Parts: sequence; structure tokens; C-alpha cells
Amino acid sequence: MLIFPWLILVVPLASAVVITLFTLRWKALSSFISIAAVLISFICSCLIFTQSGTSAREFTWVDFGGVFKVPFGFVLDNLSKTMLVVVSGVGSLIHIYSLGYMRDDEGKSRYFAALSLFMFAMLGIVLSNNFVMLFIFWELVGFTSYVLIGHWFYGDAAADAAKKAFITTRIGDFGFMLGILMVWMVTGSVVFSEIAPRLSTLTNHPAFLTIAALLIFCGAVGKSAQFPLHVWLPDAMEGPTPISALIHAATMVAAGVYMLVRVAFIIQASPSALLVIAWIGTITAVLAALIATQQNDIKRILAYSTLSQLGYMVMAVGLASNDAAFFHLFTHAFFKALLFLAAGSVIFMIHHEQSIWKMGGLSRKLPVTFVTFVVGALALIGCPPFSGFFSKDAILALAYERNMPIFAVGLFTAFLTAFYVVRLLVIVFFGKPRSEIASESRESPFVMTGPLIVLALLATLGGFAFFARNFLVLPIEKEVATFVPALAIIVLILGSGLAIALYRNRARDPLDIELFRRKFYFDEFYGWLIDWTQELLARICAFFDRWIIDAGAVGGTSSGTWGIGALLRLVQVGNLQAYLFLFGLGIVALIYFAVFR
Amino acid sequence: MITLGDYLIVSGILFSIGFAGVMLRRNLIIILMSLELMLNAANLSLVAFSRFRVQPTGLPDYNVQVFVFFIITVAAAEVAVGLAILVALYRAHQTTDLKDVSSLKF
Repeated sequence: MLIFPWLILVVPLASAVVITLFTLRWKALSSFISIAAVLISFICSCLIFTQSGTSAREFTWVDFGGVFKVPFGFVLDNLSKTMLVVVSGVGSLIHIYSLGYMRDDEGKSRYFAALSLFMFAMLGIVLSNNFVMLFIFWELVGFTSYVLIGHWFYGDAAADAAKKAFITTRIGDFGFMLGILMVWMVTGSVVFSEIAPRLSTLTNHPAFLTIAALLIFCGAVGKSAQFPLHVWLPDAMEGPTPISALIHAATMVAAGVYMLVRVAFIIQASPSALLVIAWIGTITAVLAALIATQQNDIKRILAYSTLSQLGYMVMAVGLASNDAAFFHLFTHAFFKALLFLAAGSVIFMIHHEQSIWKMGGLSRKLPVTFVTFVVGALALIGCPPFSGFFSKDAILALAYERNMPIFAVGLFTAFLTAFYVVRLLVIVFFGKPRSEIASESRESPFVMTGPLIVLALLATLGGFAFFARNFLVLPIEKEVATFVPALAIIVLILGSGLAIALYRNRARDPLDIELFRRKFYFDEFYGWLIDWTQELLARICAFFDRWIIDAGAVGGTSSGTWGIGALLRLVQVGNLQAYLFLFGLGIVALIYFAVFR
Repeated sequence: MITLGDYLIVSGILFSIGFAGVMLRRNLIIILMSLELMLNAANLSLVAFSRFRVQPTGLPDYNVQVFVFFIITVAAAEVAVGLAILVALYRAHQTTDLKDVSSLKF
């Protein structure tokens, strides 16, 4: 029993190491090793889940005289057990799907190696029982994300996107580290279970606590792509679609929310931090939804919808309900992975074309993909009885009780979500094919549609109480429950209806809102900002280097030496008797100082 | 009575004259002579010290006078070498004037 957490972590790591060192040449073997590893992790996770123990061995990794003590240990409460099952389960399905999707890829071995490393790191985040271990795995997850986004690194787009992702999340991680240090400074420990009883040392200084909480939230802002660090997620779609499904929909971006739920006891002690968090989540949700209405790449639309749903989760955290946030994370993992994999199936079968205006009528050509995609889409927009309805509704009800403006914006976002998702459905699957490749496509192989079916089942069942109750704590229903779901459904129907009316049988997009299409010019703004600061910094350094070091120090030394030399040279007159005269003067001076002083 | 101080003054004056000669005269032979003069001035002061530092036995300190002999010997050897250099210089530059041997200036 005690060995299972270790197995869960070590087996994917071993798989990554073995593939990288030994089997890069044999692609089929590498994929087999990786899939076997993740399945073992999944089985172990299920076994741990069924047992009720909460202990696992821990050993001390770093210990500086008791002042800074970092153990390497696991936390096995219901939250982490559920998350383990979700992560390893969705991970396994995606591994199997990748067999089909990456069938003809040259870098298949290193893809699977990186995928195994990612599973190791992500499961590490779930299992960590202290901040430092969490941070290490956090960074590792960022790194593997970089490797996987840049899988097709020979094209500029993927390499740039990978760099952007890593650097942007790094900025968030910097804030995260500062927050961790602040918490350690005051409570003296980095272990979650030890900080909780010492929370009073923090709550005695509310301003300090707020700043620490907000800094810790920075980590989530980076990793879960909240405003203003959301710019990396859409670009990350340059990576292979199974990666988009796993990392940027179901697991890694959810790690931010998971972390917030873990340290909720710190954050909830500061109401102002909670308010900021809630609003940032809300802004992200509505911003992403607005942008998504005008995007034309199937993966980008899904990426922005991920951003939007993550915004909802963060909003729930900010409204001080971990249960609602985690519930939405749980359902979102299933339906978003489903949507991405189904989109991948479409992309794969029409030869990697990603623009929705080149698709159309695919409901007839790819039936299984179509049905599963619709299931995922309905879950996303919150249509009963699919899982998304329950979880999104829980968040909206929460907002209605606790913060009206946020509820209003959340409802509007739900309207937009329905709009752009149905837009996507109508353009891609209905109507007539808009290009040749669309009209010639066929259904994907079973190795890809199989996981789709499993995920569709999960997306359907995941919201019901009888299913979800085993995994997590369901948010409490209140009396207002009937009013909010009704509003949500009305808004859903309005959004879908508008989309169908606008986009039925169109060859081009009738709406053209540049602000949304250009993503609110965030990329341009950041580019300008970085340019400007870098330019300024470079100019200062150049000035310093050219004038103070080169001209000043180096030049000064040489000129000074030369000048003194020129002066001294005047003594060398060549006249022996002059030298003798100076010699005599020296002797007189010596005698004077020796005898009379 | 002639005291030690008188001898020392004479010696000092002789030394200064010699030094002035080395500094101011142009002809190398004269410079060599002035150099000798300086050495002999030192000898004079040494002998004066020997004469006026009377030992408990009533005799002057003869150690100093032996030292004077050493100096005379060294002066002789030095003059020999100096004259040899002078002859070599004359053969190279056809002059014994010190103003003409100033090629080592900046």
C-alpha cells in the first residue's frame, strides 16, 4: 500500500529515462513503454483511491538546521486521490489516442518520452505535501510543456510558441516563489499540514497575508493562463492536438486551480485577495469568450474556451468555494479533453487543416467524432443533463449569492460560450463541405475514436450526484437553486439560437469585429512593452559599457599612465652631469631628513 | 689648537669642490681628477677622526687609518678603469667632452 504513490511517480519517470536513453530508435517500443507506464500509474491511482489510508512514507530531502526543512512526501486526501485518478485516467486515454494521431510522426519516440516526463511531473504536483516540492514539479511541468509545444520545432511558429509559454509562466512562477518565501518566512515551514495550524502568525498581519496570497495566486495566473498572463495558451495550440488536450485543457492548466484549492486555507484568510482573485477569474472568462467569437481556427476556439472555463474555476476559488471550483475542474477535464481529441480527429482526417472555414458537413463524414464532439460541446455550454451544466451552474449560483456583478458577467459569458460553441458546431459539422479535403474525409481509426467514446460517457455522467459524489464534495445547493439554472438555460438557448441564425449555410463570417479577432491587441501590446523595456535597458548598458568602462576605466588607466610617463620622460636629458646634480640634491634631502628631523 | 672640527670643515670644503668639479667641468679627465679629490677628502676626514679619537692606551685608533689605505687602493683601481673607459670613449667618438656623449636622451 505504501509503495503505490512511489510507483505512480517513479514508473513514468523511468519510462521517460529509458526511452530517452535507450529506445529512441524504436518508435513502436517507445510508445509501448510510455503507454504501459501511464496505465500502471492509473491502476495504482485507482487502487489508492479505493483504499482509505492517508499516510505514505516521507523522508527529509533538505534540512538547514531546522530553519528550512523540505521533506519529500505525499499528501493523500480525497482531493489528491480524485485528482490522481482524473489525471492518470485522462492521461492514459490520451496516450492511447496519440498512438493513432502521431502514427506517421518522425519524432514519436521523443514525444512519448516527453509525455511520460510530463505525467511524472503532473502527478508529482498532485501528490506534493509541501510548497517547495510543488514548485519543483510545477517548473518541471512547465518545462515538459515547452518541450511538447515545440515538438515540431523546425518550424518557427512552434518554437516561438514554446518559448512564449515558458517565459510567460515563468513570470507567474517568480511571483509564486516570492509568495512561498513570504509564507515560509512567517510560519517557518513549507509543509501544508504544518502551515495550517500556524496560520495565526500570518493572519495577525493582514496586509502581509494579502500580499503573500496574491503572490501565490501569481503562480496560478501564469500556469492557468489568467489575465494578464493568458497570452501563451492560444499560441500553445501549435503543439500536437493530444498535447493540447492533455496539458492545456485537462491537466496542467488545471494545476493552477488545484494548487489554489490546496492552499485555500491561506487565501481564504484574506478577503481582499479573494476579491481580486474572483475578479481576475471573471475578467479572464469574459475576455476569452469575447475573443473566441471571432476566431477561425478550431483549436484556437477551443483554447479560448479553456481560458474562459479556467476563469470560471478561478472565479469560484475567489468566491471561497473550493468544492465548486474543483467540481468544475473535474467535469471540465473530461469534456475539454474530449473536445480537443475530437477536434484532433477532425484535423487528422482532413490532413491537418485547422481553419473552420475549410470544413463543413462533417457530421455525415465523421459520425462518431461528430456525436462525441456534440456531447462535449453541450457539456461545455452547460446544457442539461451533461456534466457541464451541473458544475457551471454551481459556480453561477455561488456568484448569485455572493457577488452580483460577477454573476452578471458570468451569465453573459455563458451566453457568449453558447454562441461561439454553436457557431463552431454549425460551421464545422453542418451545411455543405467548404473545401475538397472536407468532402473526401472519412472517420478516424478506432484507436482514436475509442478514447473519444470513453470521454463522452464521462462527460455525460460526470455531473450527476451519484457519480461525482464518490470523487469529491459536491457544492451545497441552496434555495435559490431553481432560479439560477433557469436563467442559465435561457441564456444558453439565446446564444445557441443567435449562432444558428447567423451562421447557418455561410461561406464566410458575417461578423467582423477586429478587436476580438485581434485578441484585444494583447500580443501587440506586450511585444511593444518588451521591446521598449529591452531597448531602454540595452541603451543603459551600452552607455555604461562604452563610456564608463571603456572610456573611463580602461581608457583612463591607459591615458593616465601615458601622461605620467610623458612627464617623467622629461627627466631623461641625456646629460650625465644633470643626473649627477639631481643625485646630489637627493643626498642633501636625505641628510636633512635623517639628521634634522 | 686645531680641533677636529677644523679638519672636518676642510674635508667638507674639499669634498664640495670635488663634487662641483664633477658636476660642472666638461673635460672627462678633469672629472676623473675631481672624483679623486672627493675620495681624498673622505680620507682626510677619516684620518682626522683617527687622530682625535684617542684610545685608553693613549694611542690613536689605527683601525681607521688602515681603512684609509683601503680607500686609496680602491681609488687607484677605479682610476685605472676610468681611464680605460675614457680611452675607449675617445677612440669611439674622438672627443673627451661630456656634452657630446648624450645619445641616451628621450
